[in-house]
Amino acid sequence: MINYIIKRIGIAIPTLLILIAVSFYLMHAAPGGPFTSERPLPPQVLANIEAKYGLDQPIWRQMINYLWGVITQFDFGPSYKYHDRTVNEIIGHGFPITLKYGFWSFIVAVGVGIPLGAIAAIRKNTWIDYLAVGISIGAQVLPNFVMAPLLIIVFTLWLDWLPGGGWNGGAWQYLIMPIIALSTSYMASIARITRSSMLEVLNTNYIRTAKSKGLPTKVIFFRHVLKPSLLPVISYLGPAFVGLITGSVIIDIYFSTGGMGYFFVNAAFNRDYSVMMGITIVVGSLTILFSLIADLLYAWIDPKIRY
Amino acid sequence: MSLLEVNNLKVEFETADGIVNAVNNVNFSIDEGKILAIVGESGSGKSQTVFAMTGLLDHNGSATGSVKFEGEEILNLSNQKLNQIRAEKIAMIFQDPMTSLNPYVRVSEQMTEVLVHHQGISKSDALKQSISMLDAVRIPDASNRVRMYPHEFSGGMRQRVMIAMSLLCRPKLLIADEPTTALDVTVQAQIMQLLSDLQKEFGMSIILITHDLGVVAGNSDDMLVMYGGEIMEIGKTENIYSASTHPYTQGLMTAVPRLDDSEERLITIPGNPPNMMKAPVGCPFSPRCKFSIDTCSKVSPVLINVSKNNHLRACHVATEEIL
Repeated sequence: MINYIIKRIGIAIPTLLILIAVSFYLMHAAPGGPFTSERPLPPQVLANIEAKYGLDQPIWRQMINYLWGVITQFDFGPSYKYHDRTVNEIIGHGFPITLKYGFWSFIVAVGVGIPLGAIAAIRKNTWIDYLAVGISIGAQVLPNFVMAPLLIIVFTLWLDWLPGGGWNGGAWQYLIMPIIALSTSYMASIARITRSSMLEVLNTNYIRTAKSKGLPTKVIFFRHVLKPSLLPVISYLGPAFVGLITGSVIIDIYFSTGGMGYFFVNAAFNRDYSVMMGITIVVGSLTILFSLIADLLYAWIDPKIRY
Repeated sequence: MSLLEVNNLKVEFETADGIVNAVNNVNFSIDEGKILAIVGESGSGKSQTVFAMTGLLDHNGSATGSVKFEGEEILNLSNQKLNQIRAEKIAMIFQDPMTSLNPYVRVSEQMTEVLVHHQGISKSDALKQSISMLDAVRIPDASNRVRMYPHEFSGGMRQRVMIAMSLLCRPKLLIADEPTTALDVTVQAQIMQLLSDLQKEFGMSIILITHDLGVVAGNSDDMLVMYGGEIMEIGKTENIYSASTHPYTQGLMTAVPRLDDSEERLITIPGNPPNMMKAPVGCPFSPRCKFSIDTCSKVSPVLINVSKNNHLRACHVATEEIL
């Protein structure tokens, strides 16, 4: 097990390096740069600015300089657009916000999705099943850029229950709508995966064996049905968790939450190279980390998988 | 009084294409300490007969008739009441030991939960009993292997685990649904030997479902031949083997390959199993039967005594003509 984890981390390093190299080249290959604007700067001025940030050097050298800073000082460099802020500061500001509403969205998605899918599977072909399937299909086809304004219209403009946007240190009133808007489609996917895998498990021979042993339904469900039903859910949860905690530009824009998604998209528009790279590295590392965690969880549930 | 009495058992399944008549008017009984073999090809309704008895039919299935266990009606009892009979009085083992044990739960837990639930004893006592039961089914090194997962056992060993698990509460009746079908021949023989040893040791009755006449021959007191959800012939195993009086049973017997046979082709019964979607009219075997007469496809034959030894058969054709 320990060996496996070490091996996986060993693989993670070259994976991250490839990710960085590819993103770095792609980013620079896109036309324009951080200092391109509608009114072109005089060439001399532009050349001076680019020299200040090292943009006049060949790309491979820029990348090595950048990586050196990241590895030795954990420094993602200065932002090209916000001259008074470093990338570390921007991530340090945006990531905790994203992490907070993303984490709670994850809890809601799992906490509602798994029971919903399970109930639908147990009460297959009854109105409960149809209702649960209906809810999850509805939640899945309603994209969050439709969901978010709908929520604001209902809960802010009509009912005046919740503030229409802002963060306010993450007070609960400001969290509710972002969480709902972000979690619904994940919740729907989790419910559907849970339902179909549980239906499969309920039809297996070992569940028939458990019934023939005269065990109460509760014992059969929690000891024999639940664990195997969750296997496909877990392989979905790894990437889903990363998707949730690294934020959504939709949420950040509609609810003015100020999370990382907002900075990421802005950075892409502005060719703010260092912010883009910084966020890419954070998201990439988290993705690798959580797929490792999902794999370990998998091994914990399925005894046939031993690393 | 018989241990188990089945009367007019009918099993139907509601499917999208219509109603499937899986089992029709089945009657039989089994005495204490006896082994009854139920023989028939795939889809003849033999498994559904026993699933109906223990309330394990799929959701779309329903059963009517009567099943009396120790004199009490158990057919269509509530799950709660059936759970007091399952494992405690009637235990089951299944065809495929590879999939009948939960691959995600340790053998120790799958065994002890039976005892903890039915007898309310502590987990450690239950573990001790489980280990001694694994010893009884001759699993070597039981005290260590009990902590393993099913995939760490071979197929034959898994079936032994299933058998041990089913016997934990010392049931009066063990239903073995094709216990050796998924195993290779040498292991098959060992498992059958084990079952018959345990049957004598515990004094229980066994319903042995199989399509393997070789398994029936040495291992049963009575046998029951099913076809198309109906009983074709029933009686003492030795009597049916020495003089089967039903064309279908005879067909099965001649289809068993013999070591001293020089024929290269295997003998089969021509035709296909019946379509169970149609309501039964006449004898289900009549379309494939070489003796069939006009009445066969119109009137259902009833089980009639052919000899004094409780040897019954359902056939319109005179015994003399078949023999």
